[in-house]
Amino acid sequence: MAQTDTIFALSSGQPPAGLAVIRLSGPLSSKVLEKLCGSLTPHRQAGLRLIHDLEDGEIIDQALTLWFPGPNSFTGEDCVEFHCHGGRAVIEKMLSVLSNINGCRLAEPGEFTQRAFGNGKIDLLEVEGLSDLISADTESQRKLAFNHFSGKVSSRFSDWRERLIRVRAFIEAELDFADEEDVPGSISDQVWLTVQTLIAEMEKGIESSRRGEQIRRGYSIVLVGPPNSGKSSLLNCLAQRDVAIVTPIAGTTRDSIDVLLDLEGYSVRVTDTAGLRETDDEIEKIGIGRTIDKIEEADLLIVFNSDGPKTDYESAGNTINIWNKSDLLEDDEKDTIRARYDVLVSARSEEGISDLINLIKKCASEGFSDTEDILVTRQRHLGLLREGISSLRQSLDESKDIELRSEDLRLASQALGRIIGTIDIEDMYDKIFREFCIGK
Amino acid sequence: MDQRFDVIVIGGGHAGCEAAAASARLGAKTALITHKFESIGVMSCNPAIGGLGKGHLVREIDALDGLMGRIIDQSGIQFRMLNRRKGPAVRGPRAQADRKLYRQAMQAEISAIENLTIIEGEAADFDLDGNRFKSVTMADGSIVEAGAVVLTTGTFLGGLIYIGDRKIPAGRLGEKPSNSLSTTLKRVGFSLGRLKTGTPARLDGRTIKWDELDSQPADDEPVPFSFLTEEIKVPQIACHITHTNSKCHKIIEDNIGRSAMYSGQIDGIGPRYCPSIEDKIVRFKDREKHQIFLEPEGLNDHTVYPNGISTSLPEDVQDAFIREIHGLEDVRILQPGYAIEYDYIDPRELKRTLETKKVSGLFLAGQINGTTGYEEAGAQGLIAGLNAAAMLSGLDPFVLSRTEGYIGVLVDDLISRGVSEPYRMFTSRAEFRLSLRADNADQRLTPLGIRFGCVSSERQQSFEKKFSQLDDLIARAKEIELTPSEALKKGFALNQDGVRRSVFTLLSYPTVQLSDVVKEWPEFGVYSSDMLEQLETEAKYSVYLDRQKADASVIKRDEKLKLPDDLDYGEINGLSNELTEKLNISKPETLGHASRIDGMTPAALSLILAYIRKNMKAA
Repeated sequence: MAQTDTIFALSSGQPPAGLAVIRLSGPLSSKVLEKLCGSLTPHRQAGLRLIHDLEDGEIIDQALTLWFPGPNSFTGEDCVEFHCHGGRAVIEKMLSVLSNINGCRLAEPGEFTQRAFGNGKIDLLEVEGLSDLISADTESQRKLAFNHFSGKVSSRFSDWRERLIRVRAFIEAELDFADEEDVPGSISDQVWLTVQTLIAEMEKGIESSRRGEQIRRGYSIVLVGPPNSGKSSLLNCLAQRDVAIVTPIAGTTRDSIDVLLDLEGYSVRVTDTAGLRETDDEIEKIGIGRTIDKIEEADLLIVFNSDGPKTDYESAGNTINIWNKSDLLEDDEKDTIRARYDVLVSARSEEGISDLINLIKKCASEGFSDTEDILVTRQRHLGLLREGISSLRQSLDESKDIELRSEDLRLASQALGRIIGTIDIEDMYDKIFREFCIGK
Repeated sequence: MDQRFDVIVIGGGHAGCEAAAASARLGAKTALITHKFESIGVMSCNPAIGGLGKGHLVREIDALDGLMGRIIDQSGIQFRMLNRRKGPAVRGPRAQADRKLYRQAMQAEISAIENLTIIEGEAADFDLDGNRFKSVTMADGSIVEAGAVVLTTGTFLGGLIYIGDRKIPAGRLGEKPSNSLSTTLKRVGFSLGRLKTGTPARLDGRTIKWDELDSQPADDEPVPFSFLTEEIKVPQIACHITHTNSKCHKIIEDNIGRSAMYSGQIDGIGPRYCPSIEDKIVRFKDREKHQIFLEPEGLNDHTVYPNGISTSLPEDVQDAFIREIHGLEDVRILQPGYAIEYDYIDPRELKRTLETKKVSGLFLAGQINGTTGYEEAGAQGLIAGLNAAAMLSGLDPFVLSRTEGYIGVLVDDLISRGVSEPYRMFTSRAEFRLSLRADNADQRLTPLGIRFGCVSSERQQSFEKKFSQLDDLIARAKEIELTPSEALKKGFALNQDGVRRSVFTLLSYPTVQLSDVVKEWPEFGVYSSDMLEQLETEAKYSVYLDRQKADASVIKRDEKLKLPDDLDYGEINGLSNELTEKLNISKPETLGHASRIDGMTPAALSLILAYIRKNMKAA
């Protein structure tokens, strides 16, 4: 089994959750464990370890780790499990650190199981149960790729596919039909230009994936406002549970806090942020810096009690201006303030909360319908797209022989084929024989 | 008089010759049945061997001690290395053959093989014992018994020639077809399809105005096909080039309804990459001209093969349009062009050994499996012949994976995917193109041949000598190391990162040339230029070759997982109907082959694997 990729995946349920189990299988498993945690844990015994980012050495999480040397593991190969904290940020960081390790990649659906079958680790009963599981997985994958989003996505994919076929067809024609007069002696710059355009478009696709992530993981709402304007109290009110530290001292929330809410059917992620103000406190400054990042990424801003110009913050999303602590206002004050704000609320008396929820729902429903430009939403797709782009880039190196550049393109279509549809050699021949009059 | 052999080969074309020779090389008592001895080694179509992809096949046949490479080296009159200016993986040796020299060399070779008997006559029928091949019945009623038979019927199986509205039952012009074998195959339960190919008119070279035409010379230094040939001794000639023109096109257009192919008479499917001149004009209306290579058929033969204008137009139209071509105004046509339709069997009926799944001991090779081309035929003949003989002596089958050679690609494509048009090899069919080169065919395959016992001791010795030298060379190149500053002193600009690099690594940089290395380290000068070139290729490709090696190991692993041939894929939950149908037709032998069926997905493979494991445990 030498030369096998080491695969990994989140093996526990959808985050957020108390714990997240990330499983690795393959020859590099133990090396990865050693790299990330500094040392191996004893065989088949849990060990508490700090996990470090390979790039900057920063601590990602503290986790229980398990090492199962093959063949005594689920797949029969060397396996490692990380039982991390179940927050999205941790999981995302772990997956991205792992995918940056050479020889490691995200597992295909059913791949752990496939390896387990391959190594004879799974018996009759287990197999019967699993075959349903695998087919269900495929179905959802297929739906995700082609039905879940609008037809524009699949048409964008097939457009990429078409162009990649054309590029490869032209280059293969030059290689395989060099003695044909109808095939131009050198590949036109147009082909390489197409590759450049493809790279640019695919990179945009990666950018848009952030948007896709939001939809998949929740519409993102950021609460912003001056210190002590009651952002945390409102969040608690929305969440109906204590998640943020709420104290009357200005500047309590120094970092941002995320809460995932099911707001009457809409999955939304509400982020409470550090209050924005001039400060000398270094830690608070960092918190404010993060708030600004969050604002830029938000789908919806809820701006608190801001008397200044209403759109003070740069964000791509919508904004709702609210006046909190309406319970502290006199009735005649309310009227003047109501004219300047979208909604008046009180986290304490719950006045205006249902109006606010309706407003949020309205914004969110717009956000959810605008999915046309979102191409890739899955980590796995993202990984393949990155791999494809990297191979496409290598094909542009003019110092290389043409057959090597063609190999780069073949590798690119191998990776991209998993997203945009397999490119078969016959697809290329169709193109070649339609475009060129070949045959002596 | 009835006779008994180990292996019978029916057909004396390119597939038949390789099959008979391969079977005999393994020591099987072999009979070659052909209509007449003189037609052994005949080239029915254009007189050339090799080309892109095809040249690779010839090198591989040679690496396994087949005939084709050595024969063309004795009869080639214009050797050219195609794609010479591109990288080594896509270079393809090609040679124009002197038809007569080729035929004579092949006949001499075949006659000299010890345990090979030639039987002249028509094989009319074969008999089975249950589902096992038993004997061949000749047209004269005599019976030839054997343990296995290799059918290489070429275009003879139900062969029908079309010239305009004329239909002539024939395998080649002037040679009768094998219709009774078609009937036998249908009786046994094979479903036959029809394919089509074509050939142009043959011209009298003495009536061509050569002086007015452009010429294409042979390479200055002809590169032989065979690893055993040291030098090409046949005199080399030039080919000439001319073009069709608008007057030609007008004549063809005006008479298109008289072409057999456009009058609806032909059902067979022709190849997209070898269109008739009618097709070219209909499908590519905007082209003002089409190129024609005028290929002499021999040193002492005035017949000329005008490559590029195969046709099924009636003779008077052929006459008229050919005479419009520059240089051919006064040409005399020796033989008209024609289209030929013939039977083939869906190659998904075959195992990797080219034995049919239905009839044990019945092997098929060449055009009967839906391929086109001498090289494709020869490659299959070799595989079928080796396996027919191996089966009888109880040896393991000889199978090549697509990771090991173009022959593997060819067989794998045929049996996994079937054909929708005559199948021809291209280098782009080989995913492992960078690894499977014409220059290293011997390193890839000769060791397998030696182990299997199909390689002569002469070839084995020459191979082992060469291989140990090449090993030394590559080891030397990896041993010599230098720092970036030492390299700079020698004129190689590298990253000044302090990392020591070997000469091998140096050679992998696009900026470093082999000649620079040999200048700096004269010790490399003692190796032959071929060997140094291989060193350079291995170095330049090394990053890609490592990746290919990893991919290949995955494929090989999947090919170790056998799938039962009685598996009903309809039983597997979750497979799409389309895939189920394709799987049930091709009944892939291994999981690897299943993975290459058109439309296969990783999830579907998991399902198959799960099902197999379950049933294996249950059984």
